[in-house]
Amino acid sequence: MKSPRALATQIAFLLIPVAISLAVAAVLVTAVGRDPLEVVDAIWKGAFKDSRKVGGVVNFWIPLTLVSIGLVVTFRAGLWNIGVEGQMMMGALFASWGAQYLLWDASMSPLLNLALIALSALGGMFWAFVVGALKIRLGVNEIFGGVALNALVNVISIYMISGPWQPRIGGSAQGTEPFPVPALLPEFSKAFPVNIFMIFLVFAAFIVVMIMLNATRWGLNLKAVGRNMRSALLLGVATERTSMSAFLVCGALAGIAGSYRVLFTFDNLRPLASGGIGFLGLLVVLLLSIRLLWVPLITFAFAAILTGSTRLQIAPSLKLDSSLAGVLQGMLVLFVILFQGVREIFFPQALRDIDEDTGQEDRV
Amino acid sequence: MNEEFLNTLGSIIGTATPLVIASLGETITERAGVVNLSLDGSLALAAVLGFAAAWTAQEAGVLDVPMQIALGIVVAMLVGALIATLIGFSSIKLRRDQVAVGFVLTLLAADLARFLGADFTRIPGPQITRFALPVLADLPVLGPIFFQQNALVYFSYILMFVIWFWLFRTKGGLSLRAIGERPEAAYARGAQVQRLRYWYTFLGGALVGLAGVAYSLNVKPGWSSPPAMQGDGWIALAIVIFGGWHPFRVVLGAWLFAALRAVSSNIQTNGLFIFGQEINFPFVLLNTLPWLLMIFTLLMVSGGFTERLLRYMPRAVQHRMRAFLRSDPPKALGTRFEME
Repeated sequence: MKSPRALATQIAFLLIPVAISLAVAAVLVTAVGRDPLEVVDAIWKGAFKDSRKVGGVVNFWIPLTLVSIGLVVTFRAGLWNIGVEGQMMMGALFASWGAQYLLWDASMSPLLNLALIALSALGGMFWAFVVGALKIRLGVNEIFGGVALNALVNVISIYMISGPWQPRIGGSAQGTEPFPVPALLPEFSKAFPVNIFMIFLVFAAFIVVMIMLNATRWGLNLKAVGRNMRSALLLGVATERTSMSAFLVCGALAGIAGSYRVLFTFDNLRPLASGGIGFLGLLVVLLLSIRLLWVPLITFAFAAILTGSTRLQIAPSLKLDSSLAGVLQGMLVLFVILFQGVREIFFPQALRDIDEDTGQEDRV
Repeated sequence: MNEEFLNTLGSIIGTATPLVIASLGETITERAGVVNLSLDGSLALAAVLGFAAAWTAQEAGVLDVPMQIALGIVVAMLVGALIATLIGFSSIKLRRDQVAVGFVLTLLAADLARFLGADFTRIPGPQITRFALPVLADLPVLGPIFFQQNALVYFSYILMFVIWFWLFRTKGGLSLRAIGERPEAAYARGAQVQRLRYWYTFLGGALVGLAGVAYSLNVKPGWSSPPAMQGDGWIALAIVIFGGWHPFRVVLGAWLFAALRAVSSNIQTNGLFIFGQEINFPFVLLNTLPWLLMIFTLLMVSGGFTERLLRYMPRAVQHRMRAFLRSDPPKALGTRFEME
């Protein structure tokens, strides 16, 4: 247990970076001649004004939480899965293929939904496998392999949209035709447009991964590989297989996240359908120093900022670029990371649970 | 040789310049043992702020055109240097992971560029103009390719030689390589490891900033969203690996990438003809080429694949091929150095 004083420093060092990022964002907004309070108001209303808006937040939260859970797994194994964005896209591509070619009857819709989700998981795993094989077998750093594969899948999806899958009338690079209704994930209601099954799936993934990480041999192996590949190998951990399994789990979750974008959010395939959610997931997991427990909460906050910020462009008195959301989120993560360093310098005694080798806190 | 062909080569050298400068900047930063992963964002932020500074001076009419350009360059170099220094500081002083901080800064700088650039989208501003170097420009073949360019391109040639000379022919360069390879040994021999790391990170970052503004004041004038240089930061980082942290090979890599891109964009606009026959296939897929080349070059220079390939070669050439292909990073790259 932590002493009250240690807890107080911990909370203080969480609040200070939050306050600083908000302050810097306020300065930025003022610098471009807008009122920061009005911005806060717009974001809040954009996210929580009514149940439809909250539904919008949940629709970002679902894919973001899925990829973040997956990224906890790869980070735990010491892997930088920047390719997560492309794995989402590959999942979206696979689901889009199924949605257009598996023309099942409307009565089979729930089964078709399940099949498409499974297909998207396969797609994500396929792209994660490529990154993993490049890294593990061929020595290509996963950051660069991932970046290149992200770009590749984007080109492929643009090709599919402007080529084989282009709409019959007015073919353009904007997107495919809307998918047949049985393939789409159903809305809970008009007032709260989310897919309930996917929410359950997110929580199921959260619980399963939590158990796998903390109560199984596999979780222990991941941690061993992540902390020290060499000694893990000497201790008899199958390091290559463990690393690959981390990639595959993350790829599957990212693929499912991608399917949600095309089967629910957009109802068709668009270029960049993954929308930067994979990168945002990386930020979430970095913010939390790879702790899984708080992921669903932080992803909700990030999803709310993201959804709310779309209002910034529309609000007539603001007309601000929605990238402000990314600026705020980026600063938040940056300052939290930097202040962890500051805390270690000034309060070394408050960190008894710090791991000696890695300088990282024991993760929950 | 056909004049049109020489002009094409010349324009490839011209459009490669930002990549050349950014990769050279990253080379010296990484030689000192620090990874600046933020390139893709830094380039964008430096591009937009440098352009904004030059444009604002133009609108106010306070400076003449060369000084407007100079102002833009200074601002952009400061932006790049500041971002890089932040990574250095977080690693050296705050003991944070360079890759994590660099990655966060990549996204943050890119978003900041979009946010601050919203008011500067698609407006014309001052541009760097080309001037042919006397005498050299009239050389056959070499003249049209290398010496009918602009000042930034000439600067990139000089930069390449200066960095090479500094790295391999001076005492300062020896310490630079030492703090990236064996910081403990360098420290024992009296090198100020941390101070040097700060300095080279700053310098490398400033060059990245210069590369950014080379887009917005020259190669892709102005600012648009999504930015014209999106993805180039990652390519520059890969070029450094491909180049084995050696300035000449790095520049060669940047030129190769630019050439490939020029070929693929040329085919996409003009179509592909082989022996007068028009070849048709979805040209969009040509956009995969730079990325496939990136994976391929990384495959060639990194351990596993090359070693397997070498096994099939005659023993006599194995050693030389290995020396030619392999590129090993500075040993202390990305690590922290603690003074005891």
